[in-house]
Amino acid sequence: MNNAETKKKFSIGNFYSKLGPLVALLVLVIFVSVLNSSFLNINNIMNLLQQISINALIAFGMQFVILTAGIDLSVGSILALSGAFMAQLILMGCPPIFAFAIGMITGAIFGAVNGVLIAYGKAAPFIATLATSAIFRGATYVLTNGNPITGKTMNNDFSFLFLGQGYLFGVPFQVYVMVVLYALAYLLLHKTTFGRKTYAVGGNEKAAFVAGVNTKKITIWIYIIAGFLSSVAGMILTSQLSSAQPDAGTGYEMDAIAAVVLGGTSLAGGKGKMFGTLIGALIIGVLNNGMNLLGISSFYQQIVKGIVILIAVLLDRKQAKA
Amino acid sequence: MEIEMKHISKSFGNNKVLRDINFSIHSGEVHALMGENGAGKSTMMNILTGLLNADGGEITVDGKKTTFKNALDAEQHGIAFIHQEMNNFADMSVVENMFLNRELKKGFGVLDTKAMKEQAKTALDRLGVDISVDTLVGSLSVGRQQTIEIAKSLMNKTQVLIMDEPTAALSENEIAKLFKIIDSLREQGVAIIYISHRMEEIFEISNRLTVMRDGLTINTYETSETDVKQIVHDMVGRDMGDFYPERKPEFGKELLSVKGLNSGDTFKDIDFSVKSGEILAFSGLMGAGRTEIMRGIFGVDKLDSGEIFVDGEKVEIKTPEQAIKHNIGFLTENRKDEGLILDGTLSENIDLPSIDGFTKKGFIDEKADKDFVDMLMKRLGVKAQSSQDLASSLSGGNQQKVVLAKWVGSGAQILILDEPTRGVDVGAKREIYDLMNELTDRGTAIIMVSSDLDEVLGFSDNIVVVYEGKIQGEIATKDATQDKVMTLATGGEINE
Repeated sequence: MNNAETKKKFSIGNFYSKLGPLVALLVLVIFVSVLNSSFLNINNIMNLLQQISINALIAFGMQFVILTAGIDLSVGSILALSGAFMAQLILMGCPPIFAFAIGMITGAIFGAVNGVLIAYGKAAPFIATLATSAIFRGATYVLTNGNPITGKTMNNDFSFLFLGQGYLFGVPFQVYVMVVLYALAYLLLHKTTFGRKTYAVGGNEKAAFVAGVNTKKITIWIYIIAGFLSSVAGMILTSQLSSAQPDAGTGYEMDAIAAVVLGGTSLAGGKGKMFGTLIGALIIGVLNNGMNLLGISSFYQQIVKGIVILIAVLLDRKQAKA
Repeated sequence: MEIEMKHISKSFGNNKVLRDINFSIHSGEVHALMGENGAGKSTMMNILTGLLNADGGEITVDGKKTTFKNALDAEQHGIAFIHQEMNNFADMSVVENMFLNRELKKGFGVLDTKAMKEQAKTALDRLGVDISVDTLVGSLSVGRQQTIEIAKSLMNKTQVLIMDEPTAALSENEIAKLFKIIDSLREQGVAIIYISHRMEEIFEISNRLTVMRDGLTINTYETSETDVKQIVHDMVGRDMGDFYPERKPEFGKELLSVKGLNSGDTFKDIDFSVKSGEILAFSGLMGAGRTEIMRGIFGVDKLDSGEIFVDGEKVEIKTPEQAIKHNIGFLTENRKDEGLILDGTLSENIDLPSIDGFTKKGFIDEKADKDFVDMLMKRLGVKAQSSQDLASSLSGGNQQKVVLAKWVGSGAQILILDEPTRGVDVGAKREIYDLMNELTDRGTAIIMVSSDLDEVLGFSDNIVVVYEGKIQGEIATKDATQDKVMTLATGGEINE
């Protein structure tokens, strides 16, 4: 190995992609807990985990998309539309368990629409999902008539409320959902051929195609996963609020993208780990939670979050150049 | 005006591209420049036009020693270069293209549109073409676009015009028009350097011709005093030595045959077959359509029509995925673009076509996968620290072996290798040939597309020569000579 290569190994960008997210999270946790001792309080930790679960679920799906050098801007709208759809079904008397299932299937179908537009329509992911985001959001307003969907059937149904408000052994139920789906996403990405092909498509789509990878099929499935996980987040949020809000999930795509990027995944595709995205979601969660505890105004919180994301992106560029 | 290049030499690193170039051109002549790919024509022209500096030798203009500092300097001496790839802006009008970056202005930065249009029209009239200067260039035919480029260069008081493969993309009708333009320029005293592979054209249009080979100008002839045979001999005449391992082929049954493959204007009516144990070479000039035929067979590009038979059975191949299922492998000509995931590990590259075979209950069987990759790396002699190294960290030769390992591992019985030794050093080359021998001994059929004539003659069993999208001829390698292949490759016929 020559000198230049050795040097490259220690460049700051490279370091960040390997250990950076974890170190950043630890520093942040220490910093916040020193300033406010109640941060490490078990109640606050549970609160924190509950807060991050929705963003984390969306981010797991976004991870697959970004690994193929794509982007999905419609996740927030899919969350709202599938949530409203489910709420409507429950009001019509559908048992919550079926309403959840149907809601998640619709989320997957919306994702498939994105995937087909991108794989077969050859639309740029940014534009395609920007457009479908507007369509799904509009459909949500049509379905809800612009008002929150709520009602007695929802407020009194235990199984419906348990998803977003229930606790099991002192831990919010939605945290279990997040952990299980993290494990599934991790296995899918790192232990199956589907995951390997996802990396291949992101690393060099043309080479993957020549090597016999059905790149179109992979692309469609990736957007299905993103849509599905967004709708799961939608179920949880609807349950948490006991109602489906027409503007639910607005801007959630940004937090999800931030979690993926903070986790060390390259926006150029082909590089990044599911574990990093989980850490990225935690970083954003700790930032939000910590700033709330420290009494920082929500206006400043926006600025801080923006700066943190900017730093992560600059480190990503540095790594790409190295 | 007369320009002379004397004893010009040029190296890139240790690679001596030009060794001793002697060339002259004077007003009112068309001087053709011929030579195989890599003979040094482009480098020589880049020196003449000031894009590169020569290491040794001198250039004289009308007997006076001159060095062109850069492209602009050469342009001011009246030298213009019309590249094979045109530099037009499709969404701009003819006049905007012709005056790009040298717009005429009235003052205050306002464009003098009227004057520009008049001058553009005059330049086009001089060539005897009738094109409205307001037309968008993108809406014109390739031939017309080329005419615009010529007209543009003539506005510069050009005295020497260099044309690189000007007819490559033209129809016969357009070629006739171009030749008329060249004739009239010659009468107006312009000197033209005409680079082309096409024999007939050279003999039709040129006054003199110079043949290059391996960075040397071999001979300069008056066109009327030489013939195709002499030129071909000059272009290829070198000894081969025994750099290539011996071929002792034992042919088995026919593994792949194709009938009537067509794809637009790219290739027509392609029929050929390859047997188990055979290396079938595809020779021809760059752009003849060889690569495109292979991409069609492998399902990378769409075919308009044609039938493909594997092992005697008709098969449907619409995607590489299907081709791989029929045990075909394809090493593409561009390793970095379509062969490798450079940011991926060697393991991720090598097992990609075979990964579906390494699953247990839906998950990747990591141990079996690793053993498989290690075995292939060892068998192909890939020099790396581990299978977790990044593909981008390897040398060209080792990268090529990684791509080969991928296809050997996929169990391909029919291997299409497009330029398998391009950009590979001598040692790795030999290893690749040895591997090809080993594969054919085991019954693999290999189709080797190669622009290296030595390689084609030195390491194949049969040769198919492609010329302008058609199979011009097929010869057994033992009966083939460089002259024969070159004659076919330039559109000639062999009369035995």
